[in-house]
Amino acid sequence: MSAVVPVVRIQAEDFEVAAEIARLTRGRNDIGAVVTFSGLCRDEQGRLSALELEHYPGMAEAEISRIAGEAIERWPLQGLTVIHRHGKIAPGEDIVLVVAASAHRQAAFEAANFLMDYLKSRAPFWKKEHHSDGSEGGWVDAKEADDKAASRWKRD
Amino acid sequence: MSTKLIYFAWVRERIGRPEEDVELPAGIETVADLLRWLKSRGEEYENALQYPDVIRVAINQEHVEHREKIAGAREIALFPPMTGG
Repeated sequence: MSAVVPVVRIQAEDFEVAAEIARLTRGRNDIGAVVTFSGLCRDEQGRLSALELEHYPGMAEAEISRIAGEAIERWPLQGLTVIHRHGKIAPGEDIVLVVAASAHRQAAFEAANFLMDYLKSRAPFWKKEHHSDGSEGGWVDAKEADDKAASRWKRD
Repeated sequence: MSTKLIYFAWVRERIGRPEEDVELPAGIETVADLLRWLKSRGEEYENALQYPDVIRVAINQEHVEHREKIAGAREIALFPPMTGG
């Protein structure tokens, strides 16, 4: 089996989900399952006008590539794409995309789930809130639940 | 040899600069030593590093624990727990 090279992109601009799926499946007859996860910006019941995502250039790519590489090692994937946006993102807009392609659905579901859990607690991004009423927003606190979600994938 | 320190999110805001080059004094061997030394450099550092346990650290763009040795580090980043995704 030839090694799958993950596509990892850190960018300010939006992405096109259908185009990213097509990029992995075009011209292939061996992919039976594609799972995508999109993370979007919420307005938290109208409280937020935007989220601002700060990132660590260089390490963001490197860390997501490490996590993607681990997913490829653990599940029989035929393609994997991870795109994470940075900068100011309005409610309703995309923040993150994971596309996992495999022969069968289970590997694709699990790999996408693993990717998101790890990305939440290890990819160097930080969200700052911008409030709709113009008041000063703060940094989003990390959730313990996200750390727990990542730890369930730990192997001995 | 000087070491590049990089700060992100509220660590950057509290320290008041995104990065700086520092000459580490002798005896600073681990990440924990570095955090302790930085904290003593002034009010803004004290404010940013008040709870050193919550500070996450990367050496040369890889996550490390606080007990990690920093010998040979070109770039050390300090930041809060990550909230991407």
